Amino acid sequence: MDLTSETVIQGQVLREGSPVPAAYVRLLDAGGEFTAEVKTSAEGRFRFFAAPGQWTLRALSAGGSAEHGLTADKGLNEAQLELS
Amino acid sequence: MTSKRADVLVDADWVQEHLEDSNVVFVEVDEDVSAYDGGHIAGAVKLDWKSELQDAVIRDFVSKEDFAALLSAKGIGNDDTVVLYGGNNNWFAAYAYWYFKVYGHADVRLLDGGRKKWELDGRPMTTDAVSRQATSYTAQEQDTSIRAFRDEALAAIDTLNLVDVRSPDEFSGKLLAPAHLPQEQSQRGGHIPGAINVPWSKAANDDGTFKTDDELRTLYGEAGLDDGRDTIAYCRIGERSSHTWFVLRELLGHDNVKNYDGSWTEYGSLVGVPIAKGA
Repeated sequence: MDLTSETVIQGQVLREGSPVPAAYVRLLDAGGEFTAEVKTSAEGRFRFFAAPGQWTLRALSAGGSAEHGLTADKGLNEAQLELS
Repeated sequence: MTSKRADVLVDADWVQEHLEDSNVVFVEVDEDVSAYDGGHIAGAVKLDWKSELQDAVIRDFVSKEDFAALLSAKGIGNDDTVVLYGGNNNWFAAYAYWYFKVYGHADVRLLDGGRKKWELDGRPMTTDAVSRQATSYTAQEQDTSIRAFRDEALAAIDTLNLVDVRSPDEFSGKLLAPAHLPQEQSQRGGHIPGAINVPWSKAANDDGTFKTDDELRTLYGEAGLDDGRDTIAYCRIGERSSHTWFVLRELLGHDNVKNYDGSWTEYGSLVGVPIAKGA
């Protein structure tokens, strides 16, 4: 992972403060278009290689859903999604 | 064009009713092959789209003989109904569906929604080992009426429908690969001139199931797909475009639809071919 050239959006999905594994996290572009989807790890973590700009993250699991908007810059961008 | 939906798509209830049916083989196909080991549908065998379906040296399918040997070892017979499902909204299951059709398997179906819908609905999964008695499978010669190669993709400019099913940012040239993958792929970004951009995701609901036939017809009609022309679908490596190939040919019943599995990683690295940038 080369953080001098890539824009990485990564983070964690939580429910009542605890990590949620196997949740589906979608990355939507500034126009709301689907860009990618990954499943969270055992620690509830996810990662996308994106580009600088406006993005929306959407998490879906049997235990609920969450949405989070962010502006990503080149390098590492961290995000947390709390399911409700 | 008549919908073949009932012949090619099954839902979770159908799966649960056919778990004990000896003529039905459930096959999980994933990009992340560890998914299966963490839990799978009872009785389902695992297929690794990369190590088992790709030649280890040249960029191509495994040979007809190797495919036959693979299916024989998995315990899949020529007369079996093969039901494929997997992660990534069935991308790799759809790829395997198309691949099974290229090698002439008669009865192949997809589980609507794949692994995601199955999991979200809390359907049962197991880690029990699966073993099926080996068969003696016979594969057919490749059906190239559903598989496009690079010269056909190039000749399709201004002649056929080209459907680029990647995300808008890949289509425009801003990204070279889906955002969850590293970006070192093709040499150039952009799309084949004249291609329409209908991201695969527009054909699916959030839970991974396919949209209705009416919704799908409207989607491609409004995007400018010409019903009177043959169609080539492509993406980055041919898995997402298998999903769209499945929609156009298997669900909507279009006659001449090919999947270009060389896709952008091939086209975007060819010397001297035309490329369009931007939306």
